[in-house]
Amino acid sequence: MTHVRYMDRIRDYYIAQGYEKPYRWANFDEVPFTPLKKPLSESKITLFSTSDVSVQRPEGEELPAEETTVGDVYSVEWDTPLDRLYSRQESFDRYATTLDDLNSYLPLTRLQEFVEDGRIGALTDRFHNVNRGYSQKLMLQTTAPAALEICQRDEVDVAILTPV
Amino acid sequence: MSLVARHLEENGIPTVIIGAARDIVEHCGVPRFVFTDFPLGSPCGEPFDTDMQHRIVGTALDLLETAEAPRATVTMPLVWTKGEAWKDTVFTVDQPFLSSEQVKNWEARKQRYRDQKA
Repeated sequence: MTHVRYMDRIRDYYIAQGYEKPYRWANFDEVPFTPLKKPLSESKITLFSTSDVSVQRPEGEELPAEETTVGDVYSVEWDTPLDRLYSRQESFDRYATTLDDLNSYLPLTRLQEFVEDGRIGALTDRFHNVNRGYSQKLMLQTTAPAALEICQRDEVDVAILTPV
Repeated sequence: MSLVARHLEENGIPTVIIGAARDIVEHCGVPRFVFTDFPLGSPCGEPFDTDMQHRIVGTALDLLETAEAPRATVTMPLVWTKGEAWKDTVFTVDQPFLSSEQVKNWEARKQRYRDQKA
């Protein structure tokens, strides 16, 4: 079976819900490209996702603003035990799958295994979450530069991105 | 996420996206993309299937090494174990994508964003 045409499906879905103005998806003719500078076995890799994963906190303790502010990027220690992490993301196909296994959308353990195998050199100490928004201007002017700053600060060679 | 990938790449950092919404990612245009034809929420493999997840992430690493030009897409030759009925029902009126409570949360997030901008 062919893949789902989400742009058409989502447009029709929201028109049926009474939203009048269809979303204009980002579209570019030109696509940038940077070749690898060194072998993956010598590279430091980081991970960005939109999974809205947070560390479990005592009941009643509020999440930091950076974890809930649209357009922000926040970071979590990579070696946090998986059973202390959970996803707050609600925008996924809840009828077909679950977010109970982080590695199905945030491959923290799988990437650690590739380091152990020597396939990649190292991982950053922290992974990162992009608080997704619908404003492309916000993403371009605030979110993407924040992600770049993190990569430059941590001397990242390669970034893997997993939109949920 | 595609916009973030593009920005990193423009500034000298190679990227690869592992995702499930092929048309949206390719419409934007990204350097490297591993397409997993799975329900939204499981781009890196079925929950608790570590071998499959290893294979998908490994394919992303391969693509980083082999791609020579942008818009490089690899499609994972995998089929969702429970069948493909989800493709007919996702984002349809009969099966609301978000529950009513989730819609309220979504509206609240949008309002907070508008308030931030004001």
